[in-house]
Amino acid sequence: MTHNVFIYIACMAGVTYLIRVLPLTLIRKEIKNKTVRSFLYYVPYVTLAVMTFPAIISATQSPIAAAVALVAAMALAYWGRGLFTVAVSACAIVFVLELFTHPPTFLAEFLAKIF
Amino acid sequence: MGYFAVAIALGIAARSAGIGAGQAALTSLLINASAGEYAGFALIAANASYIEVALMEAVANARYLLMSASLSQKLDTRTKWWERLLLGFTVTDEIFGVSVAVEGRLSPYFTFGTFIVATAGWTSGTFVGAVLGNVLPVRLLSALAVGLYGMFISVFVPEAKKNKVVACLVAISFAASYAFEKIPYIRDISSGIRIIVLTVIISLGAAIFFPIKDEKDENDENGRRDVKETKEAVENDA
Repeated sequence: MTHNVFIYIACMAGVTYLIRVLPLTLIRKEIKNKTVRSFLYYVPYVTLAVMTFPAIISATQSPIAAAVALVAAMALAYWGRGLFTVAVSACAIVFVLELFTHPPTFLAEFLAKIF
Repeated sequence: MGYFAVAIALGIAARSAGIGAGQAALTSLLINASAGEYAGFALIAANASYIEVALMEAVANARYLLMSASLSQKLDTRTKWWERLLLGFTVTDEIFGVSVAVEGRLSPYFTFGTFIVATAGWTSGTFVGAVLGNVLPVRLLSALAVGLYGMFISVFVPEAKKNKVVACLVAISFAASYAFEKIPYIRDISSGIRIIVLTVIISLGAAIFFPIKDEKDENDENGRRDVKETKEAVENDA
């Protein structure tokens, strides 16, 4: 069965808007239930972690380059680097490493001459 | 600027899911949530059902429920109902961060201003990414593909550094997600459902066994620590 992309977008937009607007309009008091609050606090981090690994490994041409980028990005984030630095560094690492794992034609010829 | 670069990666993801540039830009304009959009595109690529996509959005964007709930406490009490409806549209990770940092009560118009700047970069970046997807060489696409994961990492790692429980949860999530991709039968379940199931189980388990401390408790602890440090400092001086 084929699906209509606009209906997909409408589903995504509708659900996302409801999630954002309902608390703002309905909740006037603070949520007291500790378990609900804890659950909502943990959810974003768990979702992002689940989506990151192992998907990142198969996102690139070279799994090794992706693995190095993953470790480096986590180290950079741990040392307090911002969102933009971490994301761009990961991209740069994959780009440079793949020059060796999947060398472009001119580089492959050049490497063949040296070694 | 940062928005624009990440949005390009998102546009490329949309493209590989078979979504047109205009449709991708529309998605970014209407949803403006990186993780949610990315997960949605992945499901669309897998020709998932509408219900699956809707469920995925609910889970991927569940954090906005908490952010909105927290913003509702901070809003100027004179905020009108239609301003609240508009404000609901603007809650994203970054805008929430900026809005919460405002001292005192929040005027919705501060958030609206920030939102217009951010969403312009976000929407145009997605469009550019989706258009350029077929022009860019494979190696550049391959490098940009990890950009989005880099962004995810920069959200959960700093929190894991501050909070040991989150650090353990990240490790558990990595391991469980890997296992779910390898175990026979389970790996045949669509990736969207796997993400939802893992998120709910792990987060719920953590919420039951490691409930977060109330802000009051935290303040008390900090207060006590401050007193202790002051005492030590005094003793050192002496």
